[in-house]
Amino acid sequence: MAHGESSLVAPYFRDIEQQRETNTLGMWVFLVTEVMLFGGIFMAYAVYFYNYPEAFGEAGRELDIVLSSVNTFVLLCSSLTMALAVWACQSNKQKLLVIFLTSTLVLGSIFLGIKGFEYYEKYEKALIPGINWHYEGEFPDEAQIFFSLYFAATGLHATHMIIGGTVLAIITMKAMRGFYSAVNFDTIEIMGLYWHFVDIAWVFIFPLFYLIERY
Amino acid sequence: MAVTSPPLDLKGHDQENYLNWAYGVKSWLLTTDHKRIAILYLISVTFFFFLGSLAAFVLRIDLMTPQADLMTSDNYNRSFTIHGVIMVFLFLIPAIPGVFGNFLLPIMIGAKDLAFPKINLGSWYVYIISGMFIIAVVLWGGVDTGWTFYTPYSTTYANSAVVLTVVGVFLVGFSSIMTALNFIVTIHKMRAPGLTWFRLPLFIWAMYATSIIIMLGTPVLSATLILVGLERILGMGIFNPALGGDPVLFQHLFWFYSHPAVYIMVLPAMGVASELITCFSRKRVFGYKFIAMSSMAIALIGFLVWGHHMFVSGQSVYAGIVFSLLTFAVAIPSAIKVFNWTATLYKGTIHLQTPMFYVLGFIGLFTIGGLTGLFLGALATDVHVHDTYFVVAHFHYVMVGATVMAYLGALHFWWPKMTGRMYPEALGILSAVIIFIGFNLTFMPQFIMGYVGMPRRYHVYPDEFQALHVASTLGSTVLGIGYILPLCYLIWSLRFGKEAGPNPWGAVGLEWTTSSPPIHTNFEVTPVVTTEAYDYENLEEEV
Repeated sequence: MAHGESSLVAPYFRDIEQQRETNTLGMWVFLVTEVMLFGGIFMAYAVYFYNYPEAFGEAGRELDIVLSSVNTFVLLCSSLTMALAVWACQSNKQKLLVIFLTSTLVLGSIFLGIKGFEYYEKYEKALIPGINWHYEGEFPDEAQIFFSLYFAATGLHATHMIIGGTVLAIITMKAMRGFYSAVNFDTIEIMGLYWHFVDIAWVFIFPLFYLIERY
Repeated sequence: MAVTSPPLDLKGHDQENYLNWAYGVKSWLLTTDHKRIAILYLISVTFFFFLGSLAAFVLRIDLMTPQADLMTSDNYNRSFTIHGVIMVFLFLIPAIPGVFGNFLLPIMIGAKDLAFPKINLGSWYVYIISGMFIIAVVLWGGVDTGWTFYTPYSTTYANSAVVLTVVGVFLVGFSSIMTALNFIVTIHKMRAPGLTWFRLPLFIWAMYATSIIIMLGTPVLSATLILVGLERILGMGIFNPALGGDPVLFQHLFWFYSHPAVYIMVLPAMGVASELITCFSRKRVFGYKFIAMSSMAIALIGFLVWGHHMFVSGQSVYAGIVFSLLTFAVAIPSAIKVFNWTATLYKGTIHLQTPMFYVLGFIGLFTIGGLTGLFLGALATDVHVHDTYFVVAHFHYVMVGATVMAYLGALHFWWPKMTGRMYPEALGILSAVIIFIGFNLTFMPQFIMGYVGMPRRYHVYPDEFQALHVASTLGSTVLGIGYILPLCYLIWSLRFGKEAGPNPWGAVGLEWTTSSPPIHTNFEVTPVVTTEAYDYENLEEEV
């Protein structure tokens, strides 16, 4: 172990290599649970889409395709900047690291802002089951299920963005003080894994809800 | 000895160990030492076990007579619900992983701690918060949906604290996930040099399989509970048939977790049995790889059998046939284990000490519980006994007969390691025998009642069932005495028990090479493993 690394290794690990592998595997295993969590909602979606395809198509057209497409683009860009942040950390480029982390945070916030506006629109149009619900279409009950699942899935996704964004903000502040380096990049890498996962979850949510009747 | 480690420094009881390493409430509540977290779990699961037992005892008292004379139907529903919720989520699921998994897993693989000690402490706190939610439910007047929260009753009609319970159960899922994540990563990355996968103790394999089930199953329950919560709080209609929703979908999602959860409860018990039987037979385990792989097979096939809870719920008959077939398939790895344990006993040097009594009871009760599961897995038979006391008796044989027996066996086996003290052997054996008799007296009559048609969850019943109900209640009293007895003498032994020494049973395994109680870092020097697990033949030669 090189000098200076020992302070970074917790006493129950043999060396920094073991610690890094352990931390990374921990996040991968956690992401497995996340797949199953979103999977439960997608399962419910699949069953009801199979039962009520016309109603889901009709309800899906109520969603805002422009805003959601912009949002998808914003989120994919944030994944790019997150990946670049990991690269910057591993190559010890401190300034770039802070820039990329901050950009990720900003892009994530834009996503949440647009999402919040979309929710507001749904409220105005009385499309929130249980809270403000008045649906004019042909299949009101089935559309109600569609929107319940829409809010469950996007709400769960937004919760993940908020938690991820909070952790990212803390990491960015630590990065500004030069806490991370080419030997101490686990946290950035793990944060990246989580961020990409949340992105991928959106990549499934977007076509399921927004594009379902627009092919 | 199977392990190269420096000679032990056995100066006696003032030797430094994890218990006297630091003092004060703070040193316990903020500890990241897996051994101390195990003790925190031990205290909390014991509390909830007795709380859950109390609810069960109230039910049994009420069932002494065919009329409703102790409580109303509504209160009866609340009592069996809280009994189920507490026992399943706050005792059976966390008990063996939380207490023995936490304490032993790092020591058995020669590590200093789990991979994420802070997350481990976090899991205990989440468990406690969840427990407080459940206690709040009790104070709030209870919940009457049964532990299964079937929709639309739970989402629309139930007039009780459903949301509070759902939040509690949702949280305890996080606690299990934190523990399971820690176990999987630790087993993968922190084994001592020379400790290959097929040298791992079978308890570790069982913990690994259990953790995989927790990782894959629990999040689906979380997602389902989110939907139930949204429906209950906001009035969304995801599972409400009046709004086009499908209540059977809830049952599918619920049992996708909750059937594998049965294996979360029993796999650790099987791991304990493998450890105890080899030790008290002084013999290498029969068919190591088969036992290890059968744990993995149970984890895998256990995910494919959930539909057998829904044979009469309106799922398609073809699905029923497939689920029935898979249910028979999942019995095979369990049977492999029972045969291998029995084969391990054959020509072993049997030492009939307290933990062995418990584990022999475990094998007998688990066999009955497992075989009656096949009755229920058969489509036609299930239609007859579905939702009767036959089902109640079946799962109590597996969960109480098997899991609680193994839990107590583990407690008696590793108690000297955890506390450094021995308990009175005669009382230990006595309690094992009382529990075995009391258990059979409680639940054997329920098989008979169920078979002749006594439905579960009813507290007013025809007179002809009274004799069997009275027998069951008497049995539960004996069982209760059997559970209180260890509580008393184990606490007594903390102060007055004689000192155990590092290896009171003459067992192999890394945990017996360190002092009792172990030091804070588990080992003076990281051990190097050179042989397979359960190398009792070579141990005898060296002695």
